[in-house]
Amino acid sequence: MPAALVALVTALACVLHQDFWLWRSARPLVFGFLPAGLAYHAAYTLGVSLFMWLLVRWNWPSHLEERDGE
Amino acid sequence: MIQAGVVFAYLGLVLIIGVFGGRWTRQENAEGYFLAGRSIGPIVFLLSLFGTNMTAFSILGASGHAFANGIVTYGLMASSSALIIPFGLFLIGTRLWALGKRHGFMTPVQMFRDRWECGHIGTCIFAVQAVLLVPYIVIAVMGGGTTLASVSGGRVPYWFGGAIVSMVVMGYVFFGGMRGTAWVNTFQTILFLSFGAIAVLVIARGMGGFSRAMENMLASPATAPLLTRERVSPLYFFSYTFIPLSSLAFPHIGIFCLTAKRLAHFKKTVVLYPICMLAIWLPSVFLGVVANQALDVPSIATKIEARQTLAAEGASLPVERRAELRAAASGDDVILKLVDGYAPIWLASLLGAAVMAAVMASDSQILALSTMFTEDVFAFYGGQARFGEAVQVQTGRAFVVILTLIAYAIALMAPQSIFDLASQYAFAGYSALSPLLVAALFWKKSTKWGALAVTVWTAGAVLAIALLQASIPAPGPGAGVPVLSLGGTAVISRVASGTTVMGLLPVVPMTLISALLMFVVSSLTPRARPAAATLARYSI
Repeated sequence: MPAALVALVTALACVLHQDFWLWRSARPLVFGFLPAGLAYHAAYTLGVSLFMWLLVRWNWPSHLEERDGE
Repeated sequence: MIQAGVVFAYLGLVLIIGVFGGRWTRQENAEGYFLAGRSIGPIVFLLSLFGTNMTAFSILGASGHAFANGIVTYGLMASSSALIIPFGLFLIGTRLWALGKRHGFMTPVQMFRDRWECGHIGTCIFAVQAVLLVPYIVIAVMGGGTTLASVSGGRVPYWFGGAIVSMVVMGYVFFGGMRGTAWVNTFQTILFLSFGAIAVLVIARGMGGFSRAMENMLASPATAPLLTRERVSPLYFFSYTFIPLSSLAFPHIGIFCLTAKRLAHFKKTVVLYPICMLAIWLPSVFLGVVANQALDVPSIATKIEARQTLAAEGASLPVERRAELRAAASGDDVILKLVDGYAPIWLASLLGAAVMAAVMASDSQILALSTMFTEDVFAFYGGQARFGEAVQVQTGRAFVVILTLIAYAIALMAPQSIFDLASQYAFAGYSALSPLLVAALFWKKSTKWGALAVTVWTAGAVLAIALLQASIPAPGPGAGVPVLSLGGTAVISRVASGTTVMGLLPVVPMTLISALLMFVVSSLTPRARPAAATLARYSI
């Protein structure tokens, strides 16, 4: 991913974390017991893990280790 | 007594793991003892790094905070960390690792001294880092004493419990060094991860399922807000995004980044860190919230009653009575109480061990302080050149003993509230120090004077907040006492949860001003920029 796209996705992740649209909503209860706001942030955490996986896959700073091994 | 027996068996087990785990590395030289010979594997690296970040505050405090404030706790403390910490490891941790391996750094201060071509300014950074780290170690001793007293039904007194926990931690840090500590942290993280899921299942069964409890909470005006975030302001919520920046600046995390055998070991940690956060924090927060429906557990009913009294009459009550009610309503032991109420004795015993694991998370901080002292002070001021590396390692071990004894003495003498407060603002302090790392790694024009400005500002700001909160008692819930107003607008206020600056937590202005100081002071001191040869070493 280009650096600008990484910066954009990171900024988007910061905005999505604020989720002001669920501020006062508890419903629907996901799986019958998980309040919407908590379920959102649990899903957000999984999404962050996916973002990290993409970063590791496409933007891994392997040059740091290669230079070290020179 | 069964619970106490399991906890003592657990303490014995971690001592064995720590002491014998350390024998896998040659410990005669400093790198072997303090950094496990830079040879930690990927799984231990992930679990130990995660365990190092999971202190008593994050495990017990999470459910206690959720008990009082609701589901907002997860968004405040977990999902923001799940983004910022792994991203920081990806961006900063990997570069710290590479520079450490290339130039032999063992502490962040060594890198700062080299990067900015300075000596005593590095000592200032060491001093501020060390002072901000000590409260955690003291709190761990206090937590150990309290937990052992609690699980033994008072048979083990506080002073003796604190002494036992201190001796165990000191023992495996002393003999096991970094590798022993990493193995203990790995074991503890596995315990946390296993316990969360088991506790949720058993408590759900005891409460007759969670769906009914949630519907009951939604039906009551007193508890329905706990299932949303309406009790906190968006500014307060936003402020918490800055707290995980502290993780990147914590010396024990920075030093741990140097222990990985290969750069590729960061990959699993970066990807799986958010999943580990989810696995530990979601059960902790959810159980803390659902405890508000556990009215058939008498000790939890007493807490809820104290909270209701505080909310209804808090403003009119004397300060001492408010403090009493706050202590009675505190939910830090709410998971313990839930398990006591709904789980069989074997799970309660396992919980005791998990709580012990949480309060013993001071091992990494003790080892980090010892590494910093021997590298940033002893070796820097000629100790290593004069006495040799073996003496340096022995000095590090002696420092571990002395530090533990001092922490134990302080824990016996000082009230816990002081250190709770200190650790709370230490997070803000470390967040404010994070521009040091960013500037050192990514901004060629940064100078040692910029670094000094950041360090002095951080120390001054933490001290000012501590003095402010010590001199102005916390008002009742919802109220705010203006401390500084401009044009009729309150700029700094004392509130029930601490201090706010225009509605934001102090960590936000502290970190932003820190970054600004680095920029302005470095720009004003171009002559202090390091030589081109030095900068070339940091082209990463």
